[in-house]
Amino acid sequence: MRVYEILFIIAPNVEETDVEALVTQFSEVATNQGARVTKVDRMGRRRLAYPIQKFKDGHYVVLTIEGTGAEIAEIERRMRVTDAIIRHLSVRIDEDLKRAEKFRTRRAAHSRAGRAAAALGSQSAAGESNAEEEE
Amino acid sequence: MSSSRGRDEGRRDDRGPQDRDRDRDRDRDRDRGGRRFVRARKSCKFCADRIDYIDYKDMRLIGPYIPERGKVLPRRISGTCSPHQRMLASAIKRARNAALLPFLTD
Repeated sequence: MRVYEILFIIAPNVEETDVEALVTQFSEVATNQGARVTKVDRMGRRRLAYPIQKFKDGHYVVLTIEGTGAEIAEIERRMRVTDAIIRHLSVRIDEDLKRAEKFRTRRAAHSRAGRAAAALGSQSAAGESNAEEEE
Repeated sequence: MSSSRGRDEGRRDDRGPQDRDRDRDRDRDRDRGGRRFVRARKSCKFCADRIDYIDYKDMRLIGPYIPERGKVLPRRISGTCSPHQRMLASAIKRARNAALLPFLTD
């Protein structure tokens, strides 16, 4: 299972209700294709760092999707033909998240080993003074 | 064989295997014409803060690495480690495509 983040920018002249409609529309496209939408992040109206199609700001939305990867093609195709969407960007993140998870577990194991070694060292030095340290 | 080692140790008397970093700094300084002061080594902020993944949407995280001109701050200035610099660079490039960061600023 792959995890993707799809960010898209909706033109600023689109009404708030229509923004909602677009978000639900694209979530439905994803679910119809067999993917699962795990998170919908509406970042709200933001200034663009540079003008896109002469717009200076836009509504940012990020969908986090779990799927096989085939649904991304369909979602992107639909985003390309939707005029209200002025920019979209899909990023596969499961590999990066897995890597981050690996670092975290390794660090946890490392610090646990370090603590154990420290506890052993202080145990041999002083008997019960470090009893609260182990908790 | 022992004569060349002896000469080397004679010139740099406090050389020890435990100070590889200081040794490297000094070698570099000597190459640049013998400046003797040693600057403190910069350290990777991402390693210090235990950041495993740099999200391209997190402007608070990557903002300090964007100078005026909108470029990527080089490693030799920020001291970022190589894996984190790679993550940072790809995050900045993604953010540019998402219009969160400029491609160029004049």
